[in-house]
Amino acid sequence: MSVICSSREIAEDQRCSRGVSVGIKSVSIAFSGRTVLENFDIEISAGEFVAIVGRSGCGKSTLLRSVVGLETPQAGTITLGSVADYVAKTSGKPDIRVMFQDSRLLPWRRILPNVMLGLEPALIPRARKVLAQVGLAERANDWPATLSGGQRQRVALARALVHDPNLLLLDEPLGSLDALTRIEMQQLIEDVWRSRGFTAMLVTHDVAEAISLADRVILIEGGRVALDEVVNIPRPRTRGSARFAALEERILGRVLQRRPVF
Amino acid sequence: MHAHSSVSNMKTQLRLRILVKQALPWVVPISLLIVWQWASSAGILPSRFLPAPRAVLRSFFELSASGELWLHVRVSTMRALAGFAVGGGLGLLLGLLTGSLRWAETLLDTTIQMVRNIPPLALIPLVILWFGIDESAKLFLVALGVFFPVYINTFHGIRSVDRGLLEMGRTYGLSGWPLYREIILPGALPSILVGVRFSLGLMWVILIVAETISARSGIGYMTMNAREFMQTDVMVVGILLYAILGKLADLLAKGLERYWLRWNPAYQTVR
Repeated sequence: MSVICSSREIAEDQRCSRGVSVGIKSVSIAFSGRTVLENFDIEISAGEFVAIVGRSGCGKSTLLRSVVGLETPQAGTITLGSVADYVAKTSGKPDIRVMFQDSRLLPWRRILPNVMLGLEPALIPRARKVLAQVGLAERANDWPATLSGGQRQRVALARALVHDPNLLLLDEPLGSLDALTRIEMQQLIEDVWRSRGFTAMLVTHDVAEAISLADRVILIEGGRVALDEVVNIPRPRTRGSARFAALEERILGRVLQRRPVF
Repeated sequence: MHAHSSVSNMKTQLRLRILVKQALPWVVPISLLIVWQWASSAGILPSRFLPAPRAVLRSFFELSASGELWLHVRVSTMRALAGFAVGGGLGLLLGLLTGSLRWAETLLDTTIQMVRNIPPLALIPLVILWFGIDESAKLFLVALGVFFPVYINTFHGIRSVDRGLLEMGRTYGLSGWPLYREIILPGALPSILVGVRFSLGLMWVILIVAETISARSGIGYMTMNAREFMQTDVMVVGILLYAILGKLADLLAKGLERYWLRWNPAYQTVR
């Protein structure tokens, strides 16, 4: 039914990746006259992990929301590549899942039914398996209100993963977590990305987070791509390394350079 | 040895404190009852003004032994529940409709808000003219009264469902009935239950007035009938019955809240 590859398989055989490519061409989005994105272009290849950084209000979340259809661009096109035949679902449409800044769990459903949202009851064993993968198997029958913020985000991740997405959109999913939980979650996200090979787009304001996770860091400024930097640091990445620090310094410098002065 | 006895001493103290805390709310009502009984026995309070608690109790047992009491309670309860079912059901349906569909709100909400400002009891003269003092008159009044709290809270509940959850539901492919069942209805439920609880209180108030003005049976009739014969004890029994039934209705509403909203931390502690 679904193909879950190990990281070694991905390295040996690119076909094992179930990610889709994303093409964003001359997209413009404006809210009541205020331009958020203008003539925006990026290409993301299948299975790539792209981080999008920028100041608050630069349009990075809007970009993500338009990929999943929550916003409609006034101009331009967003095209998703086709999924490799042997992993394509019956519908043939690539599966896109979003993780928001808040977990958006249904407070009136227990944890397992939350993970099962939109799934047939026959898939309960699979939901349990994914819940175990994020380390919350024993909380299946609890109410979301009894979980910590980090645990809720892990449930939200499980809810997205149970669909075996071709594209996972992460809209500052770790923004409200404490520093230790963030690092733990980053490792978890990296692990599942490496083992499943979906395409990932991460919106974040944390440059270090972007560098430790992504293959490529894109900086948005004034509605356009201001920087498109490939991260050539072998995984797993350690934040202490000189290359990491140098890259972080460079991107941060670029972000801070054009601070608007009033 | 010494430490052990001090621990058990503390335990006794704690138990005593809990006992006092539990007994405290009952001190005032029981004292009032004692003063009332004493005033009646001493002849300070004439029985044609207010009967002694003992007389009320006696008349309660007499009425319930003869079966008369239960007949009236049954009739009143049936009226209340039937009116609540009709009015509350319509309020729920229309609230769901106007809450979910913009055009339904535009079409109906102004009218409903206008009618809402008429107190249902102001309609009594007209209602008697239309329905006589039949069952349908009381049903109509109760239904009209409970309609608005349920309607308004349902409408408000649907409108205040978390946008973020709706958005999330849509990205998970939910739309139409599944979206309604998974997100909109449960999200509106706390507000709907507030309306239900308010309605259950209002239901008795309206029924009391309707039954006192015109009825051939029911608690209100029993009370008014007793007035004709100066049976103050029966009147007090009737009044206390309304208090008990009102409290029961409120307990029912609370029970529903505790069950349906058990996911909500605010309703998880039993108070």
